Amino acid sequence: MAQMTSVASAAARDGQGARRPSARGSVARRRGRRNSLWVLAFLLPSAIPLVLFTLAPMAGSLWVSLHDWNLISPMTWAGLDNYTSLLTAPATRRVFGHTLLYIVGYLPLVYVGGLGLAMVLNRAFRGRSFFRAAYFLPVVTSWVVVALVWQWLLNPNNGIVNTVLGFLHLPQPGWWTDPAWSMASVVLASAWKDLGFVMVILLAGLQAIPADVQEAAWVDGANAWQRFRLITLPLLSPSTFFVLVISLINGFQVFDQVYVMTGGGPAGSSQVVVGQIYDLTFRYGRAGEASALSWLLFVVILLITALQMRGQRRWVTYA
Amino acid sequence: MPETLTTPATAARAAVRRRPAGWRTWALYLGVTLGAAAMLFPFAWTVITSITPRGSLAGGPSLVVEDPTLDAYRTLLDALPMLRIVANSFGVAVATTLLQLVTGSMAAYAFARMTFRGKDVVFGLYLATLMIPLQVLVVPLFIEMTRLNLNDTYFSLLAPSIASAFGIFLLKQAIEGVPRELDEAATIDGAGHLRIFATIIVPLIRPALATLAVFAFMSSWNSFLWPLVVIRSPELMTLPLGLATLKGQFTTEWDVVMAGSVVSIVPIALVYLLAQRHIIAGLAHTGLK
Repeated sequence: MAQMTSVASAAARDGQGARRPSARGSVARRRGRRNSLWVLAFLLPSAIPLVLFTLAPMAGSLWVSLHDWNLISPMTWAGLDNYTSLLTAPATRRVFGHTLLYIVGYLPLVYVGGLGLAMVLNRAFRGRSFFRAAYFLPVVTSWVVVALVWQWLLNPNNGIVNTVLGFLHLPQPGWWTDPAWSMASVVLASAWKDLGFVMVILLAGLQAIPADVQEAAWVDGANAWQRFRLITLPLLSPSTFFVLVISLINGFQVFDQVYVMTGGGPAGSSQVVVGQIYDLTFRYGRAGEASALSWLLFVVILLITALQMRGQRRWVTYA
Repeated sequence: MPETLTTPATAARAAVRRRPAGWRTWALYLGVTLGAAAMLFPFAWTVITSITPRGSLAGGPSLVVEDPTLDAYRTLLDALPMLRIVANSFGVAVATTLLQLVTGSMAAYAFARMTFRGKDVVFGLYLATLMIPLQVLVVPLFIEMTRLNLNDTYFSLLAPSIASAFGIFLLKQAIEGVPRELDEAATIDGAGHLRIFATIIVPLIRPALATLAVFAFMSSWNSFLWPLVVIRSPELMTLPLGLATLKGQFTTEWDVVMAGSVVSIVPIALVYLLAQRHIIAGLAHTGLK
């Protein structure tokens, strides 16, 4: 056991790698310049389009957030008014609350489910390619179709889910027609749809774990649970980290499924932050407020991602 | 504890192989089959609805079709220039995928393997591009495109997704998993960044590249809001735009809408099946023993 933990922690040592000590200053400087040319050559192909087509519009939306604008007539300067009114509006707290509720329900479901699936479908058995494809199919299916099907499955009167619940003498919730359950319905459908996404990422991570490491642990007498906890989980941690960061970023921006499944209702019970942004921009023509709300959301996501980035040293193992 | 073993690795492998097909295997099959049925069900339902005669759709979904028909697909072909639409979507999706693979793998290499000042800040900026909702970016982006005179072109469709921070992050994590000893050995042999990148890193992160290819293709194929804003000409229309017009025209004609959905799902499913081989191929050998 001790050997295995030491293998993992040895792999966890600082990923930066030692810098070669340079003999003479001028050589190092020339090498440094050549190095930065290489860095530019590798980064510019992505940096130029990102700056032009994402960062520039982001700056544009920051500018819009300081104005009143209905998308048609010219903008009028508003300073920080949009921000102060948003920070005091009860609607802001409500939509952030719904979004958090979504994340808290969705993330554990999709991670535990996706990991379980990836572990099972990483084993050798006949027909596993078929199963992998089957579990991935919902990921590629459009939300319009998925939402329709789930509305039907979760139909309070004659849907399959409530029929089964009734058969088992369990309470039958009103699902997406009930304000208390609308968010839960969205969570269920989303987890179902994204399971395959998490599965594929974790599967790629599992494939990268060399079989000899698992075999060595087996020979050392580690049982299945020990191998999972001490080998698989640490070596899978870069993929897990990726899934967590991306799922949180996407979770805060949840929109499509809410839009098509409940439209934010009933009675605003499933209105999420981006739903509010969308409605403010395209329904009410309040683009300034919408942009300000986006920047509030941006700051929240940024803080959470930064925390995760700082925390990763504690638990993410790089080769 | 295993007793004395002559060659541990082979013994372990043999033991894995020798495991009898007991109740565990059956439970495994039962579990994955039930799960797969739940996953496939909506898709099956979509296909079935698309071949159900319109008259019998009113009573809600049913899984048995009395007399299947391809009418919905014919209506679809008459209502829209489907060939052109599918070709547009396909061309844009392929171009986006190739661009993202190139720009993404290069940037990921820089972040994972090169040392430069401000690396964390630059990577943070890259990630920041994922953190603002598209719904608020489309308006400034549209204005920018109008200024650049690029509206309503193929280029405008793919411009926002030439590089994706999602892909760069995904590939960076994959490269961090490649043992550094491999690069170091190559450096000693006199290989530069370009050689290490092309001959060592890229082949070893094939599963991640295939994964990114699937996601890049899929997000381009399904993207709706941006094309809706930027495309005016019918001949530049992509599939989601076409399907949206369908939903307007045939509000209650579910068979046509579902036929359109089938047309939109099948190509990505095929792309996934193609890529799956590479995702599964995995790192059979890392080059390290």
